[in-house]
This record gives sequence, C-alpha cells and structure tokens, in this order.
Amino acid sequence: MTFVCFYFQVHQPHRLKPYSFFDIGNDHFYEDDEKNAAILRKVAEKCYIPANKLMLELIRRMEGRFRISYSISGTAMDQFQRFSPETLDLFKELADTGCVEFLSETYNHSLASLFSVEEFRQQVSHHRQLMRDEFGQVPVIFRNTELIYNNAIAGLVESMGYDAILTEGADHVIEWRSPNFLYRPEGCDHLKLLLKNYRLSDDIAFRFSNRDWPEYPLTAPRYANWIHQLAGSADTVNLFMDYETFGEHQWQDSGIFDFLADLPERILTHPDFRFGTPSEVAAALPPVARLDVPGTISWADEERDLTAWKGNNLQDDALAALFSLEEQVRARNNPDLTRTWRRLQTSDHFYYMCTKWFADGDVHKYFNPYESPYDAYINFQNVLADFKQTLHEQIS
Amino acid sequence: MTEKQPAKILMLGWEFPPHISGGLGVACLGMTRALAERGHPITFVLPRVKQGMSNEAPVDLLGVNQFPVPSARPPAMGAMLAGISPGLSIHTIDSLLSPYMTEESYQLTRSVYQQRMAGERQGGERGDVPASVVGDVSGDYGPDLMAETLRYAAVVGEIAAGVEHDVIHCHDWLTMLAGIRARQVSGRPLVVHVHALEFDRSGEHVNQLVYDIEKHGMEQADRVVAVSHYTRDTIIRRYGIDPAKITVVHNAVDRSHSPVPLPAPRRNGRQRDKVVLFLGRITFQKGPDYFIEAAARVLKKKENVRFVMAGSGDMTRRMIERVAALKMGTRFHFTGFLRGAALERIFRESDVYVMPSVSEPFGISPLEAMYHDVPVIISRQSGVAEVLHHALKVDFWDVEALADRILALLNHGKLHEEIVRQGSKELKAIQWSNAAHHLHDVYNQARERSIQ
Repeated sequence: MTFVCFYFQVHQPHRLKPYSFFDIGNDHFYEDDEKNAAILRKVAEKCYIPANKLMLELIRRMEGRFRISYSISGTAMDQFQRFSPETLDLFKELADTGCVEFLSETYNHSLASLFSVEEFRQQVSHHRQLMRDEFGQVPVIFRNTELIYNNAIAGLVESMGYDAILTEGADHVIEWRSPNFLYRPEGCDHLKLLLKNYRLSDDIAFRFSNRDWPEYPLTAPRYANWIHQLAGSADTVNLFMDYETFGEHQWQDSGIFDFLADLPERILTHPDFRFGTPSEVAAALPPVARLDVPGTISWADEERDLTAWKGNNLQDDALAALFSLEEQVRARNNPDLTRTWRRLQTSDHFYYMCTKWFADGDVHKYFNPYESPYDAYINFQNVLADFKQTLHEQIS
Repeated sequence: MTEKQPAKILMLGWEFPPHISGGLGVACLGMTRALAERGHPITFVLPRVKQGMSNEAPVDLLGVNQFPVPSARPPAMGAMLAGISPGLSIHTIDSLLSPYMTEESYQLTRSVYQQRMAGERQGGERGDVPASVVGDVSGDYGPDLMAETLRYAAVVGEIAAGVEHDVIHCHDWLTMLAGIRARQVSGRPLVVHVHALEFDRSGEHVNQLVYDIEKHGMEQADRVVAVSHYTRDTIIRRYGIDPAKITVVHNAVDRSHSPVPLPAPRRNGRQRDKVVLFLGRITFQKGPDYFIEAAARVLKKKENVRFVMAGSGDMTRRMIERVAALKMGTRFHFTGFLRGAALERIFRESDVYVMPSVSEPFGISPLEAMYHDVPVIISRQSGVAEVLHHALKVDFWDVEALADRILALLNHGKLHEEIVRQGSKELKAIQWSNAAHHLHDVYNQARERSIQ
C-alpha cells in the first residue's frame, strides 16, 4: 500500500506601500492596502475560489477517498477575512468534509525559526489558535516557512508536541535515499519526517505548462502512471506545492484544472494506492531510518537553501535590524506594535531583497513588487526606521 | 550569413579623446579600440587633428583641417542641404574649425546668436556671426556650425575618393551629411550610428534643420545603429524610420586603462563629508535642476553631505542662482568641466553618483562611476538603465524618490557595499568587445544590402 499525500501551501504577504525617507515620522501605516486587496481578489478569482470548489466537488464525488491538506499562513487568513470572505467560507466548507487537514506554521510566514525560539513558539501557537477558531482543528503536523528545516528545528517542533514535520527531499541531504518513506529526524524520539518528492511535485507546480518540456502536455493518465511505477518501492508519495499552482502559476487555459479534476480517479485505478493526509500517513507508517540534517535546507530554487531570504548584505542587515527590536517590542506589550513588527517578519520582504534573481530566473521576479532588491531594501529600512521611532516614543 | 573579411571602415566623428565635450568621444575611442582588435582597419575623420594627437589611437586619424577645401564645395553642398530641408536657406561662411568650446566661448556664441535671432524677429537684417565662434553640440546651433558640417562633408567626399574602405560609419547628425556625401562618392554602404537625437537635446523645442538632417541621414543609411532600445523607439516614433533596419548596440566602458587604486583622502580626526556627484553637461537634457531640488531635500535631513556638480553648459548660471536661492551654497559645489586627473579624483572622492537625465540615449558616465566603485542612481529615461541591474532607478522628475535613494545610499553602509560589489561584477560583462561583435554583424548586413 502506498499513500499519495497532497499538501498545498496558501500564502499571501502584506506588501508594503512605497514608503519614502520623507514619510518617516509622518506616516505610521505601512501596508499597501489597495495593492494587497487587488492581488488577493485576483488570485482568489483565478485560483482559490475555483480550486476550492473543485476540491469540494472531488471530495464529495470520491466519497472520502480523496484526501488533502493545506497550510494557510495567518497573513493570508487575515486578508481572506478582509478582502475575500468567500474564499475563507470555502476553506471552512472543505474543513467540514472531514477529508481535509490543516497544518501548523508560523502565523506570519516568518523566518523566526532561524532567529528566536521564543518568537517562533509564540507565532506557531498564535497560528494554531487561528486554525482551531476558524476550522475547528488542532493541527498535529508542522511545516515551517518555505519548508525551512534542520535538526534543531525538528527538535524544537518535537518539543512543541507535534507528530510530524514536512520538508524538502533535497538531493544533497537525502543523497541515495528515497523521499518516498518516512524518516526520523536526528536527535528526535518520536517526531516523524515527511519528505517532498520534488520531481513529481514540480512536474505539476513548475513544468506543467512549459512547452519546452519533453513531457508537455502532461495528462492525468500519464502522471498517474508515473506514480503507479513506484508501487512496491514507496510508502508514500508526497506531493507538496503552492496552492497558487492551480490557476495562478499555471493558468486555467493550460488545462491545469482539468488535469486536477481527472487525477484522483486515475491514481485510484491502481489498487495499491490511496490518498492520505500527513497525519494519516504519519500514523500509519514507521520511520525507515534516521535522517541527519545539520545544515539548513528549504524548498526554494535550485540550491534548496536559505539564500533566497538570507545571506546577502541587504537581507542580513534588514533581518538583524528587525530582530534586534524583539526585546523592546515584547517589553511594550502593545498588540498593535507587536502585530506590525510580526508582519514585517514575513519572509517575502527578504525574498524581494535577493540579488541572485537576475541569474536565478523569473520565479523571483514574478512575485516581486519592487524593481530591484535595492528598492526593496530601501523601502523596508524606511518603514523600519519609522517603526523604531514609534517604538521608542512609546517607551519614553 | 557568410563570414567576410573584417570590413575596412571609414569612420566619421566629431570628437575623439583627448578633445571631448561629452560621452561621444569616449564611446568612439572604446568602440574603435574593440573594432581594431577584431581586425577592422579604421580611418577616422575628425574636423581637426593636431600634431601628436594620434599617437595612442587605434585608428588612422585624419583631420579635415589637414586638407584643402575643394573648390566645388559651396554650391554643391548648399544644394544638398536645400534638398533635405526646403524652406530653410543657410548662409555658409568661412570660419575656423574648432568644435571644442570653453564655457566662455559657449556663452558668447549663445548671446551672439540670441541677438541675431532678436534682430530677425524685428525685421532687421541677418547679420553674420563672428567667424571665430562655433556652436557646441548641445543647446542652440548657430548657422556657422551648419557651415562647419558642410565643409566637413565636402572634405570627407574628397577623402572617400582616396581612402580605401568597405563601409562608412558615421556618428550623429554633425557627420551625417558627410556620410551621405562619402557614399555618393565611393558607393560603399552607410551605417548611421545614433548616440543622441535632437529630441533628447532639446525636448519638444527642436531645431527643425537638425531634425531634418537626422531624418534624412537615417533614411539614406543602409543600416542604423541605436545606442539603446529607448533611442530606437524614438527613431521609429519621431522619425518614422523602418524598424527593420535599426539595430540596438549598447555602449560599454573601456577597462583597458585602470585607475590607480588610491585610498580616499581622509581629513585628520573627523569623518570626511559624504559626496554626491552630478557629472555631465549642465543642459536641459541632463536634468541638473532635478539634482539640485533633490539635494535641497537631502540637506534638510542630513548633515555632513556635499553635492558636486561637475560640468558646464547653458544652464550653469541658472543652476548657480537656484543653489544660492536655496541657501545651500556652502554644501553645493560647481567644479566646471573636469578631465584627466581631476576627473579621476572626483570619482574617487564620491560616495554616490546621480544621473537624473530627462532623456538619455545611453549615458556612459554611470559606468565610469561604477568602475570607480561608486554606486549610481540613474533615471529610467536612459538607455543605460536597460543594461544595468545593479543600480537604483528613478523617474527623472521624481525628486523625492531621488532624495530618498541618495539618503539610503548614504545611511546604509550595507546597501552601499552590496550594490558596489554586485555592480562591479555586472560591469565586467559590459564590454566594448561585445558591441564590436554586434557592429561586425551590422557591417555585414549593410554590405549585403548594398550588393542587392
């Protein structure tokens, strides 16, 4: 028996408005409400709403045999509440089917796991509360921002009571091992590790509409056949991807929705395969071995490392400046200031500052509201300067 | 395309180092060096060549001043011009060829020209301009400059008959008539290289005759080279030239003469003031007024900053007056036109370079600034913005954004460091050898076209 385990990431940042040095001290609202609303509504219309409706239809048609999971960032949830309540209602409807699992992450889709254990714990618990309030589920599976992972993060997550954690099946970490089994993180006693099968995941997420790809156009029967070829040599096939794959990254006219609509039945034509959510997979399967990941990995770019968010002068300077305020923000204990500070932690702000995107290709450019990483840095630092000033005024 | 022997080039230019007033001469040197390295023999014709000037040049330099003016010149060339721009009559007068001007001679030309125009408006007689002053390649043009281009064209016609060449390559409007003349004489294909257009120099207030010459030159050309997509668009939109015959070849920076690495001078005891540099002609096209307005905003927020405006041009006096009116004279400095060691020094002492051009076909000096590890802020209305990623870009009119970017570079050491580091890598790829490679293709296209 082999599981097919779908997890979809749903995330939208609170993008900052163009904020000049001359706004410092004069303007304490940093978000680009108009742009955020416009983008969210556009993505909802192209992706979230039609995809949610299709998932509901599939789950009902398959009578419980099609099962999926989501991780929805708190910043996306906030924006659904404000700008697209219909999307949120559809997610609630999905939750009510009993076939959909919601995972834990940091509320602000942040890099807190790399900077502050205390901040990380608080953001995760904040998000867990949100999942309970909105969907009536207490998550038991954790996935970190951008699948950022190492032994220490696994240990921390285990100590917080989770059953399993998700990460990338990065070649340089798993080497000869297969991503299609469960592992035990080095240093953990009971936490299980699910690895993304990035080849099969990225066939859908990145290559589906690429006309230069030899497999184009990909059909559900052929894709199901690739999965069936793993029969007998895999416990689980973990297909992890951005939810925006459906209708936003791969446009509707690429046939992505038709592909998705056809896929579950095609996969289930083979008697050895079934769908499972991460907690079902973790409960059913034993880990086959320990996996030692001392260095940090993620699911980003070719490198599968942190360089999309951290490592160049701009990113490191901005991150250090932001996290240096932790103690002061906590000391104020002012909910508005804390929320603002946490929204500035959203990883996207640092992704925009990545200077390798000229070489690394259009994925970075596509998501980037700034003309250059330098503009992203300047805007962020201007905002942070005003925030710092406000914080100090509050203290004195 | 069949690979041909490197074309022998008859190149027509108006300036060449060390006698330059702007980026065109610098570009011509870099370009000809790279073309010569590819094996192209080049004869480069200038209005004036002095003794000893050609020692280090990669080309055979010919000066029109070294040739007798052909006797058939005035009627033939006058007719040529009349055919291009009917309704405009030009008095051709004899004068000295000296296109390189000081600020004083520039002001003199300008005032003479203005007096003359005022006289014309009042129905007075057209007075001839004194023979010793010639217009610069910016701002307004006296008719004597037109006479220079005709004289130049006439002599180039003679040269074209005597110098062996496969292709004629001319730069900008001053040499376009000469290019056409050379083609009439030798029958070789003509490549017109556009570095700047009348629309860039003068905005909407174009000199009609210059516009007509530019249009005619590009129509006559077998191939047109534009220094940017920005310029190519202008050529198509404003001049109606067939897009199919225009090739974009971006400029580059010459790295063969490396600056001597010296530490920036520090004054004893206290931190040196930061320096923000504007370097270029002080003319409408270069947007000096936006630099000043941004400076005023920066100085309200930050001490220990100095602004330097290096260059000269017809807006200099107005700019000095504006700086005085803003009461920032102690922080804002005018150096005049810089070259050689003074130029090296100002680059080395600068912390930020700004090019706020209103309309810049390419803009080579930001590359020179980057070459000196100075981060650059450039206007989006520039060709160089097409090739530079590791630069900050603003709209020329957005002085608040410009001030914001200047402050950011002054306030955040890490930003300064990163943009210099990345820019230095990027600069290595912007080489004249690439431009020469593209020009080689353009020559082949021109030669094939002329065979057909």
